[in-house]
Amino acid sequence: MSDPKKNDPQKNEAQMNKPSAKKSVKWGEAPKMSILDALYLPAIASGLATAVRHAVSGKATTRQYPEAEPEIPPNYRGVHRLNRDEAGRVKCVACYMCQTACPANCIEIIAAPAPKDDPHWKDRDKFPATFTIDELRCIYCGMCEEACPVDAIELTSIYDLTGMTREEMIFDKEKLLSVFDETVKSGQDPVRTNRGNLGPAAELSPTAKDAPPPPGRGKSG
Amino acid sequence: MINTLFESWPVLWPALAAIGVILAVVPFLGLYMTFVERKIAAYVQDRVGPNRVGPFGLFQAIADGIKIFLKEQLIPDHVFTALYFLAPAFSLITAMFALVVMPFGPVATDYKDGFRFVVAPGIDIGILMMLAISSLSAYGIIIGGWASNNKYSIYGAIRSCAQFISYEIPLGLSILGVIAITGSLNIEKIVEAQSGSLLDWNVFWQPVAMLVFFTAALAETNRLPFDLPECEQELVGGFHTEYSGIKFVLYFLAEYTHIVTVSFLTALLFLGGWHFPGLPGPSGASTPILLLGLGVLLAKVALVVLVIILLRWSLPRFRFDQLMGLAWKGLIPLGLVNLVGVAIVLSLGLPKHLLIATVILPVLAAYYSAAKFNASMATTDAMRQGLSPQGAVSYE
Ligand code: SF4
Ligand code: SF4
Repeated sequence: MSDPKKNDPQKNEAQMNKPSAKKSVKWGEAPKMSILDALYLPAIASGLATAVRHAVSGKATTRQYPEAEPEIPPNYRGVHRLNRDEAGRVKCVACYMCQTACPANCIEIIAAPAPKDDPHWKDRDKFPATFTIDELRCIYCGMCEEACPVDAIELTSIYDLTGMTREEMIFDKEKLLSVFDETVKSGQDPVRTNRGNLGPAAELSPTAKDAPPPPGRGKSG
Repeated sequence: MINTLFESWPVLWPALAAIGVILAVVPFLGLYMTFVERKIAAYVQDRVGPNRVGPFGLFQAIADGIKIFLKEQLIPDHVFTALYFLAPAFSLITAMFALVVMPFGPVATDYKDGFRFVVAPGIDIGILMMLAISSLSAYGIIIGGWASNNKYSIYGAIRSCAQFISYEIPLGLSILGVIAITGSLNIEKIVEAQSGSLLDWNVFWQPVAMLVFFTAALAETNRLPFDLPECEQELVGGFHTEYSGIKFVLYFLAEYTHIVTVSFLTALLFLGGWHFPGLPGPSGASTPILLLGLGVLLAKVALVVLVIILLRWSLPRFRFDQLMGLAWKGLIPLGLVNLVGVAIVLSLGLPKHLLIATVILPVLAAYYSAAKFNASMATTDAMRQGLSPQGAVSYE
């Protein structure tokens, strides 16, 4: 490498202004090599020793999955469910917030006015006539859960969703409600969002531990 | 014709039987070495490894074999079909052919009729032929890389070519010392010379030669840390990028056959072969003694195979210039100096114990390379004055 002073001054100055030449640059030191290092054999032997130590330690971190199921954290984002209110009706008020928020565009809702003359629905304005989620398109981001003003849609800890056809992976309202029934009944997923109090459908939901037995199915689902 | 066949039958059948043993055992061994390798890899990495098919996953290798045989024969449009088919077969044929002169059990040097643990006993150029044939397998790789008509394959082939040419030299040099001490190229005679006590094993007289031999032979097997011809991170799959199904298996069988060959050679040339202190030699020995010798040899081979597999999981891959540097700047000088040392001791009739002095060779080489490394680092302060980092540090 040539002495920088020998170079012409302009080039030298340009070099001095390079970020690499500034004082702030931290230079790594190349390690000094001893004879032992240059023999390489001790390093190879210690590498082999590490390999053997791990091999005989018998501390495998593998989980035998189908036999030993993993512990899913409570905020895991798995298959969706549609929550029910105390009367067993679908909690959703068909506000389209989740459908708007969904980045994968996989929620489809058709709203209908609640049947006013029915005493069962008299405190509700709207309800979803259909509510479908394409579980294959979903990226399980949880935005729908965040967006919902009445905590009607939630992601459960079901992680092993499988299907033989694409059609059966498109979940309709019935299916989503049945996911709620199953997961709440088994205590696997307590209702976890309790934010708003935006009307009768958004009443505080009890957590799974002190929850009453899950409400039965409402008149219109 | 028939008569000559009958007359030569006593000579013929032991060879045929040995061929049968090799043909039956080697593919099976290759299949199960993949299993052993996967298990060891798993244990080294704190995993469990294949454990679903059969007890302890023992049938995994068979399941893999069945699967790979039933795979679709995929032939890309752009390949040179004839060579594309020829290359993997050539690779395996040369790998297996090298086993012809390799004793896989105790063989007495009086070569009586009857079954012997070698296909062609008493070949006077044995070890030379073995090295010559097994290095032919470079052709399998080069032809395969060429026929694949794919830049990654040809890169792998070129690398393999350069690697084979470089490492042939230390491989040959390292065993020259052993040959000179024994005075024979005949593998059985080389083993015979190591009978007697533990201290007769060549590893104690030629430790540097063993080091050079093992390293160079490992490079010839194309395994990590020398698997540049197929390194996945740079070359997709290297020479076997375009190969799948049974043709891919042929390549891998060839690789594992090479491992077997290298392990046997290390055990035979340096670790005393079938000899063990207290165990009588094979000439005129009874069958149990022969079987015991076979067990001793196989145990030594298994030990070497184990080291080869463990090395794969503890060492990173070489860079290509490091690979070439190791051969040309490291192994070849070591091998040469070792050979000269042996020549001096033998031709002057000095006591054999002086051969142990060769151990200081690697220390001297290390001293030299460490000094060179530190000298090359000493200039960095001057380099820092306004030079870009790319030019600042040069690793030799
Ligand atoms: S989790 Fe995300 S992608 Fe899936 S439905 Fe909800 S908002 Fe859409
Ligand atoms: S699930 Fe929630 S956000 Fe979506 S439409 Fe129903 S109430 Fe609105």
